[in-house]
Amino acid sequence: MIKEIRFLIAKEIQLELRKKYAINGILLYLVSTIFICYLSFSLKSASISVTTWNTLFWIIILFTAVNTVAKSFIQEKEGIWLYYYSLVSPQGLIISKIVYNTLLMVVLSLIGLLFYSLVLGNPVINHQLFIVTVVVASISFSTALTMVSAIAAKAGNNTTLMAILGFPTLVPSLLMTIKITRNALDGLSLATSFNEILTLVAINMIIITVSFLLFPYLWRS
Amino acid sequence: MKKSWWKLACIALLLYTVIGGFLLPVPRLNILNETIRNLHFHVPMWFAMVIVLGASCFYSILYLKNGKENNDFKAVESANMGIIFGVFGLITGAIWAKFTWGEWWSNDPKQNAAAIGMFIYLAYFILRGSLEDENQKARISAVYNIFAFSALIPLLFILPRLTDSLHPGNGGNPGFNAYDLDSNLRLVFYPAVLGWTLLGVWIIELRYRLRKISKQIED
Repeated sequence: MIKEIRFLIAKEIQLELRKKYAINGILLYLVSTIFICYLSFSLKSASISVTTWNTLFWIIILFTAVNTVAKSFIQEKEGIWLYYYSLVSPQGLIISKIVYNTLLMVVLSLIGLLFYSLVLGNPVINHQLFIVTVVVASISFSTALTMVSAIAAKAGNNTTLMAILGFPTLVPSLLMTIKITRNALDGLSLATSFNEILTLVAINMIIITVSFLLFPYLWRS
Repeated sequence: MKKSWWKLACIALLLYTVIGGFLLPVPRLNILNETIRNLHFHVPMWFAMVIVLGASCFYSILYLKNGKENNDFKAVESANMGIIFGVFGLITGAIWAKFTWGEWWSNDPKQNAAAIGMFIYLAYFILRGSLEDENQKARISAVYNIFAFSALIPLLFILPRLTDSLHPGNGGNPGFNAYDLDSNLRLVFYPAVLGWTLLGVWIIELRYRLRKISKQIED
């Protein structure tokens, strides 16, 4: 099983590197969204409050996550399902997709944070806590969205469906994340937000477990 | 007649809830005053909602296990009823909030969480609507239903407790246990929970039978 997962992740990375346009597309999407925010707030002359800075960042990451993870199942061709079906176990497939999307999201959100700080400034005081939260939140977004994208792919590759199914399930993690990063912005230490981070991790565990149990049923149809 | 004893119990319990809820003595408290009677109408809505949504999740699991169409029908109708209870819960809560907090919607974590919970289940119906094949519709929506229910639990029970809220029982505010020194409220509250839940089960049963019959006519 672990060998299978490792193999599938390696396959995903290879595919991603082979057709670079997909990842480049997402990167460009992320960078242009940040730049549009910069221009729309006309930050040369005006400034935004810390709360706005924080919320805006998470909304950008959220939409990037939806677009990034959506392609993991939705962009698969019809025939490839049959191919997977004959070769790998469903559990291996969902876990490998989750792990791969998580890796991708962590990289993307860190790049996003870098560019976002470059353009819109960086009022964060506790950088360590902020970066830990970015990593944990990327994991939650990608785990919840991987399962949702599998469901949406089954329902006729509908991206609207992906959004309406995904957003409500993401809200708990999103609210938690914004709360923790608020602490990071205020310069509170990591220890004060430990409980919140633990809750976030616990929500992740629930979602991963449920995905692991449910995916075999989804895949059979 | 033998089988319908619980329907009679439901009617009796709800009559008792309405009459007793409005007429029996309640603790006199500042700000809350008579709005405390909302306890018998607002809180049971959420109890009943969680119970019927739990039933919906349960039937979805059963459907995935044995693939019987009836379980899917039960899951859908329970989710329907859950939404109705949720909407009534939001309305009764908003009316109460208007008189105690001064606003219909005061951005309270509990209100927001409840609204998001409704979005999750509305998305469930959109998902069902977007699928053509009956078999696939039942299976995929069952998967989403279980997924949604497990996302709903932290949303309703864990997150509002971690943030400050004006809602009784949250953020350091006492729940009704602290107000209710002589247990007068409990005398109506528990029958009310049972009564509203039974009403939900009754409606689910009727709609389930209707669905089954119309399915048979179709075939």
